[in-house]
Order: sequence, then C-alpha cells, then structure tokens
Amino acid sequence: MSAREEIMSRIRTALSDAPAVPEVQRTYRRTSEMSREQLIEQLVDRLVDYKANVDVVPAADAAATIAARLSAATSYVVPAGLDEAWLAEVPAGTRRVVDSAEQPASVADLDAIDAVVTASAVSVSESGTIILDGSATQGRRAISLVPDQHVCVVPASTIVQLLPEALPRMDVTRPQTWISGPSATSDIELERVEGVHGPRILDVVILEDA
Amino acid sequence: MSSTFVGMPTLPSQRGHGNLHAEEPFPQAATRELGNTQLRANLRHATHTIRDKRLNVVGELPDWEDLRQAGSDTKDAVMADLPAKLEEFEANFTARGGVVHWARDAEEANRIVTDLVRETGSEEVVKVKSMATQEIGLNEHLEEQGIAAFETDLAELIVQLGDDKPSHILVPAIHKNRTEVRDIFLQEMPEVDPALTDNPAELAMAARAHLRKKFLGAKVAISGANFALADTGTLGVVESEGNGRMCLTLPETLITVMGIEKVLPTAQDLEVFMQLLPRSSTGERMNPYTSLWTGVTEGDGPQNVHIVLLDNGRTNALADKYGRTALNCIRCSACMNVCPVYERTGGHAYGSTYPGPIGAILSPLMTGIEAEDNGSLPYASSLCGACYDACPVKINIPDILVHLRGEDVKAQHEASRVPTEMDVLMKGAEIALSSGKVLNLMEKALPLGRLVAGRDKKIKKLPGKLAGAWTSSRDIPAPPAQSFRDWWKKEGRA
Amino acid sequence: MRIALFATCIVDAMYPSTARATVKILERLGHEVLFPAGQACCGQMHTNSGYFDAARKVAANHVEAFESVEYDVAVAPSGSCVASVKHQHPMLAERAGDAGLAERATAVGAKTYELTQLLVDVLDITDAAEQLGSWFPHTITYHPSCHGMRLLRLGDRQLDLLKTVGGIDVVELPEADQCCGFGGTFSMKNSQVSTAMLEDKAENIRSTGAGLCSGGDASCLLHIGGGLSRAGAAAGTLHLAEILASTLEDPAEAPSTTTGATR
Ligand code: SF4
Repeated sequence: MSAREEIMSRIRTALSDAPAVPEVQRTYRRTSEMSREQLIEQLVDRLVDYKANVDVVPAADAAATIAARLSAATSYVVPAGLDEAWLAEVPAGTRRVVDSAEQPASVADLDAIDAVVTASAVSVSESGTIILDGSATQGRRAISLVPDQHVCVVPASTIVQLLPEALPRMDVTRPQTWISGPSATSDIELERVEGVHGPRILDVVILEDA
Repeated sequence: MSSTFVGMPTLPSQRGHGNLHAEEPFPQAATRELGNTQLRANLRHATHTIRDKRLNVVGELPDWEDLRQAGSDTKDAVMADLPAKLEEFEANFTARGGVVHWARDAEEANRIVTDLVRETGSEEVVKVKSMATQEIGLNEHLEEQGIAAFETDLAELIVQLGDDKPSHILVPAIHKNRTEVRDIFLQEMPEVDPALTDNPAELAMAARAHLRKKFLGAKVAISGANFALADTGTLGVVESEGNGRMCLTLPETLITVMGIEKVLPTAQDLEVFMQLLPRSSTGERMNPYTSLWTGVTEGDGPQNVHIVLLDNGRTNALADKYGRTALNCIRCSACMNVCPVYERTGGHAYGSTYPGPIGAILSPLMTGIEAEDNGSLPYASSLCGACYDACPVKINIPDILVHLRGEDVKAQHEASRVPTEMDVLMKGAEIALSSGKVLNLMEKALPLGRLVAGRDKKIKKLPGKLAGAWTSSRDIPAPPAQSFRDWWKKEGRA
Repeated sequence: MRIALFATCIVDAMYPSTARATVKILERLGHEVLFPAGQACCGQMHTNSGYFDAARKVAANHVEAFESVEYDVAVAPSGSCVASVKHQHPMLAERAGDAGLAERATAVGAKTYELTQLLVDVLDITDAAEQLGSWFPHTITYHPSCHGMRLLRLGDRQLDLLKTVGGIDVVELPEADQCCGFGGTFSMKNSQVSTAMLEDKAENIRSTGAGLCSGGDASCLLHIGGGLSRAGAAAGTLHLAEILASTLEDPAEAPSTTTGATR
C-alpha cells in the first residue's frame, strides 16, 4: 500500500464513528462603516505602532514624498508596472533598477540596492496590514524583501477596516505577502524589537485621494 | 535527541515517532527544572509579558468569541471530512506545479526530504521554524546524512548555536534571557563584534549579519506551514523576522513538511485564523509578515516546490473521540503562556517537541499513553482551566487531560495487578464517599485527627508518599469535633 | 423555597461551620433548608485522577441522594463541586453508556447552584449588609477559585457580595486569577510544582496585609491556609459563607490558621 493510501485508510478508520460536521457560523464582523478618514486614521495608528514611517498626502504630492523618503538611498528597484509619475522627482543621480519576471534582477544585484518602491493591493486598517500580491505594480517577492528600505504606496481607496473585507478583493493563488510593519522579532524575552532580516525601514505613503 | 528513536520499531506503526515523548516522569523533570532559579525568572518575565499583550489585543475585538467559535467549528468540520479536504488540496497544489508526498511517520518523512535535497545536489539547507520538522528530528537526520541544516529563526538559531533544546513552540529560546543569548552569540559567531551588548535590538542585528550570506546563497529551503487551503492549494507561513520570506522566496527549491491536520477548507477561512493566530501567539494585531504561495509561480520564487504531508501519529489522535480536538491546535502557544505549571517548569520538563498544556495531551495522543513516560503528562496540570480560556480554537484541554488520566489508569491496571498507593487511596475514598452512611461512620473518627494534630492544632506530617507530599509544604488543620452531618442530626433536623 | 444543601465532603468533615453558615444565611432569608442524608461527595477527586468507575459510583450516590427528597433548588458552598455535579456527572454516565444515569444527573445538575449563584441570580441579593445583615469588621482579601471563575463563570458575584458586607475592608489580591496550585491529587502527584504555585499565592496574600483570605471553595482555602500556616504567616483563610453569615449580634471570628477548622 502506498503511504497515501495507508494514511487515507487510517483516517477513515479513525473517523468510523462519523463525527458531526458543524455548520460554521460567520457571526463575526464582516463589514464595517468607517469613513475614509477613519480608515486612514486607524491604519496610520497601527503602522506607527509597528514603527513604520507614514506620510498621508494627496496623490499630487506622491512624487515629492517618495523622493523625500528616498533621499538617503543611492539606488532603488521598482517593479516594471509601477506608475512612472510617482518616481518623477527622484534625483536623476539615484540609480534605478526596473525588475520584472522576464528581466529579473539577481539576488546579488538586489543585495546591492538600497531601497524598493512598490504599490500595494489592499490594506487592512484594523490590523495595520498591507497586502502585496505580486502583480505588475508590486513585483516579484524578492524585490520587496532584499533591499533594506521599502517605500510602499497605499491608495486610500484600497483600505478596508477588516480582514474579512480584504480577502474577497484578493486572488489568494497569487504569491502574497502581508506586511504589518518592518521586520521584527519577539524572540528575546518576548519583547518586540524592530529590524531583523526583512527590510528594516518601512515607509508607507498613503494617498488620501486616490 | 536522536536517542529517542531507539527501540521504536516495537511500537505499533500507527503511532507517531520522533521527539514526541516525555523522556522521564514529569514530576521528576519538573522538580529539577524548578530548581533552576534563572530559568524560573526568565520564564516568569516572558510569560507575564506576553499574557498582558495578548489580553490587550484580544480585548480590542468585540467579536473575539465569535471568531473563536468559527475557528473551532471550522477545525471540527475539517477533521470530520479530512480525506476529502486532503484530496482537494493535493489536486489543487499539484495542478499549480507543486509536488505532494505522503509520509506515514518520522522516518519516512526524513527519507523523503533527504532524497529531495540530494536531487538538488546541495549539501546545505536553510530552514524556517517548523514544529513538524522538530517533531520528526529532521535536522539530526540530515546531519547524519551529511547535509547541514541552518535554522534561521532567531530563537531557533539561539537554540541551535547553544546546542540546546527548544522549550516553547513559538519562542523556542524563551528559557534564555538576553545576557545568556549574548554569551551564546559571542561564543558561536566567529564574526561577531566582541563588544556586543545584550540589547535585544543589537542581538537581532548580529543574527541578521550572521545569516545574510546564507539566505542570499541558499539553493534549498525547508519550511513548515501554518495552514494549507484545500480549495486553492495554497500554503501559508506566518512569521515576524523576514527569515521566512527569505527562505520561501530566494532558493530554487522549497520543501514544506506539514501535518495532515493543518488543512483548512477555503481561502475565506484565513479571515478567521489570521485574526485568531497573531493575537493569540505574539499578542500582536498582526504578525509582521505572512507569505502565501500556491504551487509554483513562474518567474517569482522557488520553481521546484514540494510538500510532505505527515501523519506520524495524527491519525492515532484522530481515532480518539474524546481527544481528537487536540488536532485543532494552530500552535499559537497561548495555552503554555497562561499555564501556571509551564510558567514554573518551562518546556523541557515535558520532554516532547510540544510542551505545555497542549503538549501534555498531544504527545500521549500521538504516540500512546503508555509509551515511555507519556503517562505522567496528563497529570501535569492543576486543571485550573486557563488554557481552555485562552485557546483561540477552544480546545477543552482540561477535559482531555482528565480523559487521558483515565486512559493512563486503565493502561496501568492492564499492565500490573499490584495496586499502587494511588489505587489504595482511591479505593478507600470510593468506599467512604459512595454512601452517606459510610461517610458518617468514618467521620466519627474525626476526633482522632485532633489527637494527631497536637497542641497547635495543626497536622504537620502524614505518612505515605502521596499524603506525605501534601504535608511536605502544607499544614492540615485539626479536624472539628463533629461533622456537619452529625451536628445536623443532633439538632434534630431533617 | 425548599433548598437542599449539598454540604460537600470536605465541608462536612473539615469545615462544618461553613455549612452551618450556609444554612444560617438561607434561613435568615426565610427559606427552608434540608439536608439529603444520603449525600457524600461529588466524586471530583476520583474523576480528576482518572478513576472513572469509582467516580461514577460516587456520582450515582449523589444523584440518588438528591432525587430522594423534594426541593426547589440545591446549593453548595463550593464552585468546584457544583461544576463537577453539573458537568462531570453526566459525562461519567455517558462514558459508561448509562444514558439513564446521564439524564438523571443532568436533571440534578440543572437544579444545583453554587452559593453566590443562588444568592445573586435566584434570590436577588446584591447588598449583603442590607439584605443579609452581614457584618464583618475586618480587612480581607479574596481568591477567586479557578472552577468558580472558569467553569461556572461566576464573574464578580462572590467579590461583589463580600464588598457589600458591613464594616468590611476588601483589598485586592495581586494576580488573583492565578491558581493556588491545589488541583486535587495534583498537589500530591506534582507536589513540587503545586508548592511553587502555592508559595506565590501565599506571597501575594501576605503582600496585601489583610488578616485573612476568603473564597468560595473550602478545598482551595484548605490548601492556601495550609501553605500560609506552614510559612508561619499571620493570615488565615475563611469561607465567604461564614463572612456573609456573620452579623453584629452573632459575629464570626476572624480566625488564624491555627483555629480555622476547629470552631
Ligand atoms: S492548544 Fe490552543 S492555545 Fe494551545 S497552542 Fe494550540 S491553539 Fe494555541
């Protein structure tokens, strides 16, 4: 008997008393009534708690804000689909690498790059979570991982309050990364400290009117 | 740790193998650990920190109890329909380019993983913290096979570098304080700055520097998974440091080892479990990073993706109708963080990979109550119920502990006809307490106790191992001159 | 109301004054109290030690005893024993395939209340000084026992009633929700761990400066009192029933550990 068949048969034997299959009641909160301002406020509160840097700006100021956040970087990587206008004010002297699945930067390349700029798919204000789904504006998972600074743009229209509101907007079969603050650890005495293997700096640029 | 494998072939094949047993009677192990005052101070500090954090973030959600109920019901439903859910997951994961393997036990899983690593030609692997691979002793096995496994989670790294054993499922080095961690780093990391302080942020930086090259050059990663979604074939890992993302993203080959009980029916279920898990485990609203992957995504991440679905005694637990909900565990560690026994003994006293209240039921359920010293585990609880209250999927751990005590008594009586001291005590109490008349007669002897008590009206020492254990640290007041029952009768009342 | 008293074995044999206090309180409220003579014990010690067959016999005796008399509700001055009657008795019968006993045990369990549950939920007592005449001019602290708190969900019923006793000063116990380490035979089988828990409980009690620690479970109080006594602490323990029963005319003494059980 193959391992698969044997395990399946063990499971069936174990369940021979036919335990009841309960009906799952989804009585938890699944919709919310928060205004856009409240959503932004809550998201900012959570992100700041995680020690992320947050700017809330009109879309028209996106380019200037991103440029300011990148002021210390000498190089940055962007996914091929990122809105070109967002990068308009980054000084020409800052080296830009454009990454795509077709023309991927190597891991060594990425390690030599200071920062990454990406968009995001959906954000959950209640938990301060930003979800990237690997689409063209967010890019391959490696680019938002290896550089030490992540500048992430969140259009306010993509913010929801609750996780149950976010999931229907997502395709779970795309490679997803949920980000709630910069990398952190609680492994020493269960006290949280920020900054381990993932980006140590997370800059979130919330576009209040986009 | 590999010594626990000795003698395993004599166990029935359905039982789990590996690092899953109490290795000595719990009271004995606990007494030793209790004597370590540094350990006690470390544990007390850590568990109390996390308790407060958890209460805060749980209290924030008005629908916490609804989420718990949904989580519990979802898990019950999966377990009742497990073959279909596993088949569905397998079909979806395979359709997207992943390869599914099945392992009956620890040895089989270790063999499968070793072969997969060999096929890549790599002689080293990076690892994301995984309870399943700890349970099967994968690192030790790989080492025997000439493959080096590097733990990348900070706490796992501390344990690995310190040649230690994990003592907690979420924070395996919870028994070490910052100074001890610094000392390990200074000794084991050749490149580390000798001026390293014990500031946790600095220690985290040292770990970053130590592992950076490993991540960037790794060809093979081995992970566990927090859940598998049947309807999409998706796997998920919940983490904090980014070491998980490194392992799940950069290498060419990714091998995941996951217990068969981790499957969830639908992607929608994430909305429940991703609220329950982070708040219950690290006491955060959300953990810093969660990664989801579904088979292979062209051009993004590992292109050679495998999963090993592990039984290793899980079907044994599933067959126990009073104990099977232990498989609902999502390994958040809330139960051990709130447990007054764990707080004082730490995880090593439980022997198994799974310590604390959940370990006290899971180990015997997976590997048998009579295996090694498993029989002592269900008694490692005062049945205070704090674990049940904290458990995000509402596993009634106290009831299962009591059930397993019954199994232990049964097993002991089958193994030996000689009554134990506890048997004698229980038999005596049964006779006394099964009838008001008999109890009344026994109570007539209460004044005798007053004689034993002596002048200060305290009984300070009783004979026997069990009663003697009580009076080792507690006085017993002298009994009253007459029982209530007696008084009631003498008052002439009905 | 006709109220059947389930004294519980430990109160019956070791703390008869707690049972007498329970009777006093209920009679003061004008209720008729009866004592089903066949009663002995809830069987919790056997159940929790894994001796299910023995436990079932003890439970069956309890069910019979409380079926043999007519009453409206049953009451016990113990959260733990009430939880056992309600939850464990039906479980023991079911496990043995005795559906008849399970049903009878459920019926008995449904009519059984912990003392403050009865006082607050059924008899509408919210102010002990006012409604019971309770008077106890001492400083106390209070330990909520695990089973009352987590199995019966008593919440603040006990503490709130204690706070309304005339003349009393109730000081908060640090880490009150932590188990005292009793756990029945746990205190013998894992005596060292139990002792470590007990020491912390005793230390917390001492830190309040209160002269005694009250609670709703005689077994936990026996354990805590035993630890305090061994440590030579000045504080003792006293069941809340005795505090509620205490009045200006008929006051309960605040006991030290040495006299707790003997009155
Ligand atoms: S038993 Fe419950 S509380 Fe304990 S680790 Fe598992 S899910 Fe968490």
